[in-house]
Amino acid sequence: MSSVPDVVVTGLGATTPLGGDVATTWAAALAGESGARTLENDWAETYGIPVTFAAQIKVAPDQVLARPELKRMDPSTQYAMIATREAWADAGSPEVDGERLGAVVSSGIGGIWTTLDGWDTLRERGARRMLPMTVPMLMPNSPVAYVSLELGAQAGAHALVSACASGAEAIGYGVDMIRSGRADVVVAGGTEATIHPMPMAAFAASRTLSLRNDDPQGASRPYDVQRDGFVLGEGAGVVVLESAEHAAARGARVYARLAGVGLSADAYHITSPDPEGRGQVAAMRRALAEAGVAHHDVVHVNAHATSTKVGDLTETRSIRSVLGSDTDHVALSATKSMTGHLLGGAGALETIFAVKAVHERLAPPTINVTEPDPELEVPLVRDTPQKLPDGDIAAINNSFGFGGHNVALVVTSA
Amino acid sequence: MAYTDQEVLAGLAEIVSEETGLPTDAVLLEKSFTDDLDIDSLSMMTIVTHAEDKFGVRIPDEDVKNLTTVGDAVTYITGAQA
Repeated sequence: MSSVPDVVVTGLGATTPLGGDVATTWAAALAGESGARTLENDWAETYGIPVTFAAQIKVAPDQVLARPELKRMDPSTQYAMIATREAWADAGSPEVDGERLGAVVSSGIGGIWTTLDGWDTLRERGARRMLPMTVPMLMPNSPVAYVSLELGAQAGAHALVSACASGAEAIGYGVDMIRSGRADVVVAGGTEATIHPMPMAAFAASRTLSLRNDDPQGASRPYDVQRDGFVLGEGAGVVVLESAEHAAARGARVYARLAGVGLSADAYHITSPDPEGRGQVAAMRRALAEAGVAHHDVVHVNAHATSTKVGDLTETRSIRSVLGSDTDHVALSATKSMTGHLLGGAGALETIFAVKAVHERLAPPTINVTEPDPELEVPLVRDTPQKLPDGDIAAINNSFGFGGHNVALVVTSA
Repeated sequence: MAYTDQEVLAGLAEIVSEETGLPTDAVLLEKSFTDDLDIDSLSMMTIVTHAEDKFGVRIPDEDVKNLTTVGDAVTYITGAQA
């Protein structure tokens, strides 16, 4: 028996632009629905923001959480709590010693609503009106702190930050906590709530958002020749990771194994990926090596693919560099075409999609690809789900972030 | 406009209920903020901030520690309006 524990996924939870839980979100993804909509506010008129749509979460937190929670938690924490409660219940609310239970929940940007509301309060009404809970609400570790409090997770509570790779890196760190013997069970994921005029204006200023205001649902179109940027999304995804031994001892339902974690940094440019994809390739190779997975067993990749001109193709070239001719039997899915980009929540939600794909042997579609980019080198799942083979299979979830962070997670059939 | 004791109690009960999730009818004059309503210091300061806003009064920090019960707060706020 190996001294390093195998890590399995036993619980899933999410709140996303496609639904208030995993079942609804997954069903909408398989159906090829878009979560993007025109925003019902006056931000364009008031601030001159050139983008008038986003992918907001489908079920508002005030329909789910108690009023004191709404007042004490930044929206990013609210989303994380909703996803955590679902994941924990989905795992059967495992009985575990708090000292053997860890929590790793990341946000790419943190409690920006609280930060900016606090600044507005200060400027308009002075320091005496500042709410005492402002600091514990805005701190980027607030989501994981509340998760740890709720579940009594005492093995460690961590909030790794790596922009749009944060959610995947959190899950990777959770795997490492179990492998290193620090925990038997870890609740891990990512969250983001940045559909606020300031970050929207800032992303628009960086020229990375799609400007397709007349067609929000068609705006996120990874690999399509007409793609023009990403669609800002929001929400959270959380998984329950468990040592295979712990899961077996309690007879837990196992979705899949989280078999490999690959991390790297480009050290190339603050926002652009290394055009040679060296960091992406290194992350995928490390994850596959750690998982001990042969290239021909990789049947599915959930791409980072945000719908930008440069990023989408850099990744597919990297996939081909790693898998070679085995790329030809990969089913590539770009689920941001439906969910928009959840930033710090993206890597977690897309890990959930990869786990569901392996578990149900069904790769979700990529929508809005009317004319595939001729330079796309990986077979793309378009419009309808694609059946994945029987037998031992593996999937890769890629997540990359501003700053040159690369995370590849390998999910294998249980 | 001055608020009556009853109006201050009702307004305070709403603020406490929003902060704690307790029903407003649990916020009675004789209840202790800490012992009965389980309100910690940060929540108490939040309640004070909202109460100052709602009733247009100033409750200095050195006075907050003397507000043991809901009744103490009602008396203080009613008096501070004068």
